[in-house]
Amino acid sequence: MMTAAITVCDVSKTFTMHLRDGIKIPVVSGVNFAIKAGECAVLGGPSGAGKSSILKMLYGNYSTDFGAILLSHNGEEVDLSKAEPRKIIELRRDTIGYVSQFLRTVPRVSALDVAAEPLTQRGEDYEVARKKAADLFAQLNLPERLWNLPPATFSGGEQQRVNIARGFITDHPILLLDEPTASLDAKNRAVVVDLITQKKAAGVALLGIFHDEDVRTKVADRIIDVTTFAGSKAA
Amino acid sequence: MSDQPLLSVNDVSKFYGSRVGCRDVSFDLYPGEVLAVVGESGSGKTTLLNCISTRLEPTNGSVTYRMRDETTRDLYQMSEAERRFLMRTDWGFVHQNPADGLRMAVSAGANVGERLMAVGDRHYGNIRETAIDWLGRVEINEDRVDDQPRAFSGGMRQRLQIARNLVTGPRLIFMDEPTGGLDVSVQARLLDLIRGLVSDLGLAAIVVTHDLAVARLLSHRMIVMKDGHVIESGLTDRVLDDPHQPYTQLLVSSILQV
Repeated sequence: MMTAAITVCDVSKTFTMHLRDGIKIPVVSGVNFAIKAGECAVLGGPSGAGKSSILKMLYGNYSTDFGAILLSHNGEEVDLSKAEPRKIIELRRDTIGYVSQFLRTVPRVSALDVAAEPLTQRGEDYEVARKKAADLFAQLNLPERLWNLPPATFSGGEQQRVNIARGFITDHPILLLDEPTASLDAKNRAVVVDLITQKKAAGVALLGIFHDEDVRTKVADRIIDVTTFAGSKAA
Repeated sequence: MSDQPLLSVNDVSKFYGSRVGCRDVSFDLYPGEVLAVVGESGSGKTTLLNCISTRLEPTNGSVTYRMRDETTRDLYQMSEAERRFLMRTDWGFVHQNPADGLRMAVSAGANVGERLMAVGDRHYGNIRETAIDWLGRVEINEDRVDDQPRAFSGGMRQRLQIARNLVTGPRLIFMDEPTGGLDVSVQARLLDLIRGLVSDLGLAAIVVTHDLAVARLLSHRMIVMKDGHVIESGLTDRVLDDPHQPYTQLLVSSILQV
């Protein structure tokens, strides 16, 4: 495929901290890149360079001050940076998946239901969705005794695997990964590398942050150096 | 999601003499969408909710609603009887204090059944059966159906109030601090229940709360009010994770971490 799945054009972002006398913290400016279907790009740069902020803007979780984030959604081109809340919810349901660093748990909802939810939201049959979640849990070596428990009391690595299953369960054409392997052991890191490779083969465009060098070398088609988008701060 | 709003609020203001209750509030609500209205006490949240739900006539502005027959009606141009019928059938209103939304001296089953009778159901057996079904869905045991809500705990009363409101299959539900005054374990159970019912039934909802965690858990979108004005609005996770207004930043930074 020649067309980009997601194109970021001249995006910038500054935080204004009103409780700190309105101090302005430039995060990134002049962010430009595009990711093709079937490609996995990795955001590189030291902590605080703005990697997570870029990912959050691409998911609509942070606003942008300037620029455009263009993607193709159900056949039409959409600028996510200017989309209405309803549109962003629709984009998240159908087009952009996201694996966050930490799982936000809901009381009383089981791990299986947490992972199955992105599918049931799209109208998939409840049992089919749970079966798919269970398959992913098995692949990720999540102990079966945990599947029907709410993940609130799980360890960091266990929660992260629930989160990964939730992110990988759909066939979203774009997938954002915020350090999905940070609290995993070598065996499960390898599983995630496999899952990413499968997504690439299926034509998904991936953008991720990976601090683990080994994982990064295995999955990255290229590195996007975030320090070139530094806001006007003296780094 | 449908492309036509279910409810449109246009420049609604309410003045109490020279005091501002709420001022120039506008938004659309779509089917299946949950909107949280947050802000501190006295910010105008409840005034706004009452103006939208026809409990308090606004000084200015209009509120339109798309009826089941797809006609769009101005709520304050409708007759009192039509408004009452809408409130009893297509709408629900969950009060912070369950005693305001329940009849405390009649049985739990009758509290639920009464709404059904209001829409014309007359068969005692059906009404009782539906009431018991709804009590089950809000996790109240069948053997409590003949008890009065006076004999229920606060959390149970709130769940009964929800069952009473949802039994007629409304499309829009208003909630005023639905978990206020409940202890946290009861709150979590209630929130989870509301979250499940709202998404299973595809309900649209407007939830007034001062608790940002409640807003995050339940709503898609939120509006932040201060001194009667809407000062910030948008996608719930964006307003909470990337707040722009000084007051919203203060609210978010004031959440205690557990």
